[in-house]
Amino acid sequence: MLYALCFLLFMIGLYCAITKKNMVKIVIGIMVMEYAVNLFLIMLGYRTNGIAPIIGKGDLNPETGQVLSSFINGSVDPLPQALVLTSIVISLGSLALMISLCIRIYGKYRTFDITKIRRLRG
Amino acid sequence: MSIPLPVFVAVPLVTAFLLPIFGERGKRIATLLANLATASLLGLAIAVIGKSGVYEIGNWSIPLGINLVLDGLSSLMLLVIGTVGTAAMLFSARYMEQYTAKAKYLSLFLLMIAGMNGVVLSGDIFNLFVFLEIASIASYALVGFGCGAEELEAAFKYMVLGSIASIFVLFAVGLVYGNTGSLNMAYIGKAIQASGLNLGLTFALSLFIAGFSLKAALVPFHAWLPDAHPSAPAPISAMLSGVLIKTLGVYALARILFNVFGISLHTGWILVILGLTSMVAGAFLALGQWDLKRLLAYSSISQIGYVVLGIGLGGLILARGGNPAWASLALLGGLFHLANHSVYKSLLFLTSGSVEMSTGTRDMRKMGGLGGKLPFTRAACTVASASVAGVPPFSGFWSKLILVIAAVQAHFIWVAAVIVFVSLCTLIMYLKVQRHVFLGELPKTLKQIREHRGAMVVAMISLACLCILMCLLVIIPSLRSSILDPAVKALVDGLEYSTKVIGTQ
Repeated sequence: MLYALCFLLFMIGLYCAITKKNMVKIVIGIMVMEYAVNLFLIMLGYRTNGIAPIIGKGDLNPETGQVLSSFINGSVDPLPQALVLTSIVISLGSLALMISLCIRIYGKYRTFDITKIRRLRG
Repeated sequence: MSIPLPVFVAVPLVTAFLLPIFGERGKRIATLLANLATASLLGLAIAVIGKSGVYEIGNWSIPLGINLVLDGLSSLMLLVIGTVGTAAMLFSARYMEQYTAKAKYLSLFLLMIAGMNGVVLSGDIFNLFVFLEIASIASYALVGFGCGAEELEAAFKYMVLGSIASIFVLFAVGLVYGNTGSLNMAYIGKAIQASGLNLGLTFALSLFIAGFSLKAALVPFHAWLPDAHPSAPAPISAMLSGVLIKTLGVYALARILFNVFGISLHTGWILVILGLTSMVAGAFLALGQWDLKRLLAYSSISQIGYVVLGIGLGGLILARGGNPAWASLALLGGLFHLANHSVYKSLLFLTSGSVEMSTGTRDMRKMGGLGGKLPFTRAACTVASASVAGVPPFSGFWSKLILVIAAVQAHFIWVAAVIVFVSLCTLIMYLKVQRHVFLGELPKTLKQIREHRGAMVVAMISLACLCILMCLLVIIPSLRSSILDPAVKALVDGLEYSTKVIGTQ
């Protein structure tokens, strides 16, 4: 169910990016897609009532030094969180570039409407 | 393993962040440093020819850590990136004097190279995505580098479509992780072999195909390319058409389809159809263009179709269980065409830059008779045009010949016919370039122009020589067995990739 909602969010973003005429709205659509994917990645590793995946002294088997299976079965998956952190940084970078492109285009054409920004043809 | 693979990413990355320190005053030092960086990358790429290995970053063994994998296909791509990067960098030493902020340009250029080298070496799909984004974001900025109205428009268009492609790839990475529990390509390959494709993985596969096809500008995903490539400064157009669409698109597609998911009849047919439509549509659209660089950009779409067709045909024959020799031949044709195209298309874009710098226009109707004024540019352009059209002694002929032979042997006669037909269209479009740019009558307005000599000519002539010498790659057996055959083998082996990577720890 949650995954379906997440996919719906992704499709809303894609729809917005494809059909909107305003450049800023296109950027917003792309960012909605980006966040839908980030949400999806987080949900992959989520576990209801999970614990933070940080190994303390109590989580080790005192005899063998191995991590207890109760810890492995109870903790959330840390890897998607690392992925999301990276992808947020990347999307921040591309958002900054996209917005600055919008500002420069507005400076040249005096409009945000992509149907009026059409000097390139062919 | 003893090969320090991270240097391929580290050298351009470190240089890229050093360069802005020099600013406007230290432009010469910055240019020199950037050229040294690309030249050393080329040297390193030559040094690792024929080697293979796995490097574990920070000594974390896979699947816990991140690994870099060097095999035949990666080393071919490294060589191509090194060659075109060095030539384009040499060309920009003089060409970029027209623009301000040269140091920033150089560092963006190197960031793009760092990203591309990372893509071809990366052994896990999330890092593939990260490096893909590094290279793409640098290229978005470079397309809009001139900050004119048209450049910005093209950059925005490119950036929107590029970002959507990247998000598709990231979504697919998430799906693959959710279904197989691993990000390492070798482990994913094993998991998929064990369990087969389920719904989630099939969806991930289609997202990968859509995302990478957008990056490779295959028809019908090509809308951004004819705007973005002509708007960039000439050396960047050379890099974008020459290597960027191949590393981010074709290489990544081939790697994921052959080595991770395993090629099947469906994916093989998808590649063949994408390749054929790109070839035909690109060639037809190119014929009607009057903007020199736009014509070259459409021709890139058509030529990238050849590469994808070769790879798809090889995959199709493999998936059908046909004769592996013909599959290898088709793959060889595709990969050789990839290498050829990167050399001659970057050369063509460099010559177009030289023409544009001298005449100040890209419209072929305003040119004519430039042959006498720009002798070196003309010579280089003639060689490159002959190559791209497939005139016998030049490089393009050999790769197309191999593709035709492979198609006929595999009983795809109609594919061979299309290849020859598109080749004819290509010949027509480049005759048009020769006729309108270099022959004919010199317009009065262009009487005073002169050729810019120095580094630009050196870059063009060396690439032109390479165009002629490329045929040695298939003719001389020792060269072929050290450069092209390992690349073909990496694809033919397909899913054995995982045992190779995990086994060579």
